[in-house]
Amino acid sequence: MIAGALAGRRVGVTGATGFLGTALVERLLRCVPDCEVAVLVRPGRRYDAAQRTRREIIHNNCFDRLREQWGERFDSEVGRRLLVMAGDVSADGLGLDEAGRQVLAGCDVVVHSAATVSFDAPLDTAVEVNLLGPSRVAKAMADLAAGGDPTTRGAAHLIAVSTAYVAGTRRGDAPEALLAETPYATDADWRAEVAAARRVRSDLDAESRTPSRLARFTREARRELGAAGVPLLSERAEKARSDWVREGLVEAGRARAQALGWPDAYAYTKALGERALLDNRGTVPVTIVRPSIIESSLAEPRPGWIRGFRMAEPVIISYAKGLLTQFPGLPEGILDVIPVDLVVAAILAVAARGPDPSGPSVYHVASGARNPLRYDQLQQLVESWFKEHPLYDGRGQPIVIPEWSFPDRGKVSRQLTRATKGLAWAERVSRSLPVRGQRARITATLEERRSEGERALGYVRLYGSYAETEARFRVDRLMALWEALGPEDRDRFCFDPAVVDWPGYVHGVHLPSVVAHARVRTSPGRRSGPSREERGRRAVLSPSRELAVFDLENTLVASNVVETFAWLATRHLGTGGRVAVAGRLLAAAPSLLAMDRRDRGDFLRSFYRRYEGAPVDQLRQDAWELASSLLLARSFPAGIARVRRHRALGHRTVLITGALDFLVAPLAPLFDDIICARLAEQGGHFTGELVQVPPTGEARALAMADYCARHGLSLAESVAYADSSSDLPMLEAVGHPVAVNAEPKLATIARKRGWHTEDWGRAEGASRVLVPMGPRARSGPGGRRGWRPGPEGGR
Amino acid sequence: MTSRPGFVLEVDRSTPPTLMWHGEGFRLERLPVGSRVVYPPEPVETLADPDAAIAEALEHPLGDSPPLRALLKPGMRLTIAFDDISLPLPPMRRPDNRQRVIEAVLDLAAEAGVDDVVLIAALALHRRMTEAELRHALGDRIYDSFAPCGRLTQHDAEDPGNLVYLGQTDAGEDVELNRRAATSDLVVYVNINLVPMDGGHKSVATGLASYRSLRHHHNVRTMVHSRSFMDQHRSELHSSNWRMGRYLAAQGVKVFQIETTLNNDPFPASSAFLQRREWEWTLKDRAGFLAASKALARAPERLARSLLQSINAPHAMASVQAGEVEAVHAATTEHMYRQLLVEVEGQADILTMGLPYLCPYNVNSVMNPVLVMCLGLGYFFNLYRGQPLVRRGGVLILSHPTPWAFHPVHHPSYIDFFEQVLSETTDPLEMEAKHEETFATDPWYIHLYRTSYAYHGVHPFYMWYWGAHALDHLGGVIVVGGDRRAVRRLGFKPASTLADALEMAEDIVGPDPSLTHFHAPPLLMADVR
Repeated sequence: MIAGALAGRRVGVTGATGFLGTALVERLLRCVPDCEVAVLVRPGRRYDAAQRTRREIIHNNCFDRLREQWGERFDSEVGRRLLVMAGDVSADGLGLDEAGRQVLAGCDVVVHSAATVSFDAPLDTAVEVNLLGPSRVAKAMADLAAGGDPTTRGAAHLIAVSTAYVAGTRRGDAPEALLAETPYATDADWRAEVAAARRVRSDLDAESRTPSRLARFTREARRELGAAGVPLLSERAEKARSDWVREGLVEAGRARAQALGWPDAYAYTKALGERALLDNRGTVPVTIVRPSIIESSLAEPRPGWIRGFRMAEPVIISYAKGLLTQFPGLPEGILDVIPVDLVVAAILAVAARGPDPSGPSVYHVASGARNPLRYDQLQQLVESWFKEHPLYDGRGQPIVIPEWSFPDRGKVSRQLTRATKGLAWAERVSRSLPVRGQRARITATLEERRSEGERALGYVRLYGSYAETEARFRVDRLMALWEALGPEDRDRFCFDPAVVDWPGYVHGVHLPSVVAHARVRTSPGRRSGPSREERGRRAVLSPSRELAVFDLENTLVASNVVETFAWLATRHLGTGGRVAVAGRLLAAAPSLLAMDRRDRGDFLRSFYRRYEGAPVDQLRQDAWELASSLLLARSFPAGIARVRRHRALGHRTVLITGALDFLVAPLAPLFDDIICARLAEQGGHFTGELVQVPPTGEARALAMADYCARHGLSLAESVAYADSSSDLPMLEAVGHPVAVNAEPKLATIARKRGWHTEDWGRAEGASRVLVPMGPRARSGPGGRRGWRPGPEGGR
Repeated sequence: MTSRPGFVLEVDRSTPPTLMWHGEGFRLERLPVGSRVVYPPEPVETLADPDAAIAEALEHPLGDSPPLRALLKPGMRLTIAFDDISLPLPPMRRPDNRQRVIEAVLDLAAEAGVDDVVLIAALALHRRMTEAELRHALGDRIYDSFAPCGRLTQHDAEDPGNLVYLGQTDAGEDVELNRRAATSDLVVYVNINLVPMDGGHKSVATGLASYRSLRHHHNVRTMVHSRSFMDQHRSELHSSNWRMGRYLAAQGVKVFQIETTLNNDPFPASSAFLQRREWEWTLKDRAGFLAASKALARAPERLARSLLQSINAPHAMASVQAGEVEAVHAATTEHMYRQLLVEVEGQADILTMGLPYLCPYNVNSVMNPVLVMCLGLGYFFNLYRGQPLVRRGGVLILSHPTPWAFHPVHHPSYIDFFEQVLSETTDPLEMEAKHEETFATDPWYIHLYRTSYAYHGVHPFYMWYWGAHALDHLGGVIVVGGDRRAVRRLGFKPASTLADALEMAEDIVGPDPSLTHFHAPPLLMADVR
């Protein structure tokens, strides 16, 4: 009697927040009367171990059945029978405090199911958790047993959950035996591997801090964000650095694993973890349970229960979405899948039976030998199911699933690599194009496609070998355990892989569950209710907003400081002078552009030197004419309507711009306040120096925060409209950022973050002036003459 | 040169296709046999020596006015107000009538030793004129001597300091006027009369007034009761302006009115085909039509627009009369009728018209959909005396591309009117009650009207009211070849071809409808019996 054997005992569980662990905890509480479950949970950054237990284990829908069954006594039962140990399997001594040690010391069985299951974990993380984790658990148990009260029993039984794929990429039968006793044992020394992994981490970290690498990370950040200001750029560069180290570690893990004959770092560290465990177990009796690929449950706690979205699920969804058109695999190969509840039952059976007196023993929980699922069979099941239940795209049209031709892995990854590289190239090109709005969103689309491609490539790299596996995991010992069970146990704790009816399981249980989890569209037709844009607009125009901040250039007006300067400078000049000004500006254009890309503030300071010597009164007067013939003529009517709409709603409106004060004065009635640049004056002439420097980059965010503080407004209730990634700090600072006519970098960022976007165009019907020159004033008021524009580009 | 009068052609099998304006282009359409085409009279004779005629008119004024010379005294305040950019259409070649007349007036003023002279462009709620436009209308000499010292001004109907409230007419209409004009010893008003609606008391009472004053005649009730507003004896618009004009006179505002008319010669010789009846087209006319229509069709929209907007018309002064407002205007109206009137027997079920690229409110600009409505249902529809060319419940078919295009500087409030008001209602009374006030008092529109080159915020409403009589009278409006979305927004039906439009019209007016085509411009006024 499994339930009987475990009743009243205390079972320790690590990895309880994981897929297998959660199912195990639930099954123990529900099916084993009066047992205690002690979970080892790592305190998180925001929640301590007890809170995490509640949020991530008890609140999981795995417990729905139990909650219903127990009704009102659910909380008290759980509180009484579920013990929490705050700790961490990657720390020596499991990081337990005294209370935790007490709880662990009282355990009769410990199931170690904690692992980093992601197949592309960085090598050092995988080593710490997967390789050293089981040893640490065993050591902690051995220490407690040794130092414990001698009157109590000896060390508890440790059941270490490993993976059937420790057998690696070998072909043929894989017996349920310790690795050292198998024909395919490797001599890899786990201690050396641990040391090497730690060294790789420190080497990569050191390499990532060399000047040339750092320069590259900064360059990457700039390419992505543009002139977004120092804090954002440095933050992005630091992220690029740590990502680079991480990728290096992932690559190192994969390479090392494959060199030793394992498909990936997961199997490799798990395999070495088994060896380390045997070396370190001391007096602790150990049983190793090796499940194959664990998928959604067959029946317990309910058919189709699944947690997390890991291996087959994303591949299946990518296929159903038409993104993954090929996945390598041997059609006649066996995909060894096992429902989670069978694994749980097998572990409980092992726990109930106790450790093998003859020493450490191994059980496979796998379907391949007894009830094989061929890869082509699975593919056909998936295909026929999605033909009947297609997913739907954004327009509500059913997605046609691709034909599968079982290509080999090399071909698929070559194709994918080629496509991804092409997309990356196109993305780079489009990113540097001077386009905005609708057209700039092509970049965002390309980026999305590329990351889809990269994800597909990642799946192929990671999981390809699992579809090509030719090992058959024997389950002779598991079946012997099964044979020994009585009918009641067989009924309540079924783990015979033969009970799985694959077509029924795939169609009736697994795929519906995967699709339900994937948040994909499963019904045709357009979504009812307001569109995404409409919802975004409503959020922005909600009466509870308090402040709306607008950038000027390319957000409200298709013009820039160079054009306004050219207009003013040429207005009172003769033909020769006009040509000269235009010529000088054209010649300076490349360096101006480069400076603007580097730092907007520097650019403005330098460019405004050109106003040196300009007559103040004349320019102030000309500014009104300029407002009509340049600013308003090139304005975006929808933008101006939006400013007015905000005002009508009672929001404060602010213009924040690098333009000069007298140039934006004609727009003043639209705004409550204008934050802009102002030039110094001397004797009726501009000196070319700024007395008020316009906030750019991160200074804009600060200016906004200041403004909000001064006027008692909330940044979270503020809306900011801007067009360029140099406004990123400002957009990030507010609760409601809006990307207007976004240039490619901002378009990409806005798409990723789900920001509201607007495309505001110039009025059809405005006359288009190609050369921004002032219409020649044939007589200035008082017959004033033109002025010679100041020196180029600062001193 | 003798000019042939207007003419009504009955289309038969041998009639060549009829030329129709279509915005910045033309179409040749075959009208159903039996249709009637109303052609304008040919240009009347112009004055051989306009300057002499002006001098003559100033010396021998009409009505009970003494000659201008006798009204000018040293030390007096003299204000010369003149029509703005909306007249004439297209802008005339230099020298403009206004330049000729004002130069003559200024010469007399100089002789009389009048120093305090101010020129005012009588904008009412229209956009300000640009420097180039003022120079074109007045000539460089006047501009350069008056503009730099601030003596050439443009009426600002939103500057409280520039307005003076004079009281109410006996019909309870507020009269508010430009302060300089109201406080001058003499106002000389210089106009160009293109259609019979212009001139008379309307010149001062509308051109130099404010929204407070204008709203009494620029409203839906007045427009529906003006049948038509081109026929001053049956126009409530005129009655109101006449009451105001007489009230002004009673308040001591002395106006010396100088009105000029033009002959009906709006297009240069290179496009003479536009003014000729199709069956009289020469080989050169055919070639001209082909070249012009192909070139305009191929050219980018903006280029075609600016080519046409750059036309300066050869029309010239056909008459000038000066003196007391009502006497002058009566004479002017006679001249107008001689040039424009065409007798038409009876109404039709369907009226067709091809709308050109230009109306009074889009000189150097773009004709937006609201102005399309205003030109078709306002101006052209109302160019009748007696009764409309189309019967009550009949259908009006317009040909115009009606692009969803607005000039952001000239017509900012039109954009919002089109987006916010017309999307809600096309009923003039409803929009007048619900939205007019908001637009008229919007500070941003007022700011743009005063400092930029924008029509007043309320102006699009007036344009819509201009068509109120037609909306009330017609059973349906169909626009051929227009932007479908824009046409629907106007509340009209879009059709791809004239044939389709006629089919659609039959659903409203019944089978075998009678059809009249209004062949303009050049302009005409139908005298419908």
